[in-house]
Amino acid sequence: MHELSIAQNIVELATEAATRANAERVMAVKLLVGRLAGIEPGALLFSYEIAAQGTILEGSRLEIVHVPLVVWCAHCLKEVELDSVQRLRCPTCGTPCGEIRRGRELDIESLEIEP
Amino acid sequence: MTTTRIVEVRVGVLKKNDELARALRRRFEEAGVFVVNLVSSPGTGKTAFLERTLSTLVVSGTRVAALVGDLETDNDAQRLARSGAPARQINTHGRCHLEAEMIGAFLDEWDLNELDYLFIENVGNLVCPASYDLGEALRVALLSVTEGEDKPLKYPTMFNSADVAMITKIDLAEACEFDRDAAYAAIDSVRPGMSILEVSAKRGAGMDEWLVLLRERRESWQRVVAGAGRSPRMAP
Repeated sequence: MHELSIAQNIVELATEAATRANAERVMAVKLLVGRLAGIEPGALLFSYEIAAQGTILEGSRLEIVHVPLVVWCAHCLKEVELDSVQRLRCPTCGTPCGEIRRGRELDIESLEIEP
Repeated sequence: MTTTRIVEVRVGVLKKNDELARALRRRFEEAGVFVVNLVSSPGTGKTAFLERTLSTLVVSGTRVAALVGDLETDNDAQRLARSGAPARQINTHGRCHLEAEMIGAFLDEWDLNELDYLFIENVGNLVCPASYDLGEALRVALLSVTEGEDKPLKYPTMFNSADVAMITKIDLAEACEFDRDAAYAAIDSVRPGMSILEVSAKRGAGMDEWLVLLRERRESWQRVVAGAGRSPRMAP
């Protein structure tokens, strides 16, 4: 359970960015979470509320945008989206696909701030 | 009435750890020390495996050291020190993983230039350590025959982040009715093409293959580092 330390990182980075933008309050944080990021959204939302207390993020929304797992298929010569993180095989041709193009993201995309 | 606005941020949440890990990796490359991060569940046998690895390397004159992470106690560092290699304990006091910052803080007493290998035994946990780069050159995920062949399917993030899968306690395979094919298929399913080794730290089976792989990985790493012009030792 490392979601609390992840939540603290989010609050810290968002505070820095909001302060740079001369904001007084953060209303929402948009977070990209890849399928392979190893994050449990429920635990993160719970931790976020605690980590935001007493900061300019207190009471703000954490909007989690899920990023699918996308791999490169060397046989079809294209990027393919996978439904499962347990089976890294091209859904069309069955080729094992070890090259991950998307799905490891754990990034703050944007903030909604006031004023 | 107040107005809200959107600001683009686009920053990795683990930016601080990633930056520290990059700096560590550079430091390891400059010193010529090959760093291995061992990850697994609690009870897979990381410490026994590492103890045997260190003892064998020490006897062969290889210069090795180990850092070991646990929530509490220095029992594992004491066990590892029996090998004759310097070993230091990192107590995380509740944290479920090691971070790059902790590694940096524990390196000060050692001259990295005097080491060939540094092993980092992570906290026993197959979830959280996956996200934290420690600046290692090789990540080994261990899985024992007593744990169930589908463990890689249950923890795909960790197995996907590793470079080598190590099946431990192989001397117990028969007693546990370990299904080797199922385990290999599970590993290959979450991380196609990953090297898989089998080892018994107790009996010594598989240790030679592991040490060969370790040496080969270090040599190819040295070539890459030398190509990037970073290692003084590889300079002509």
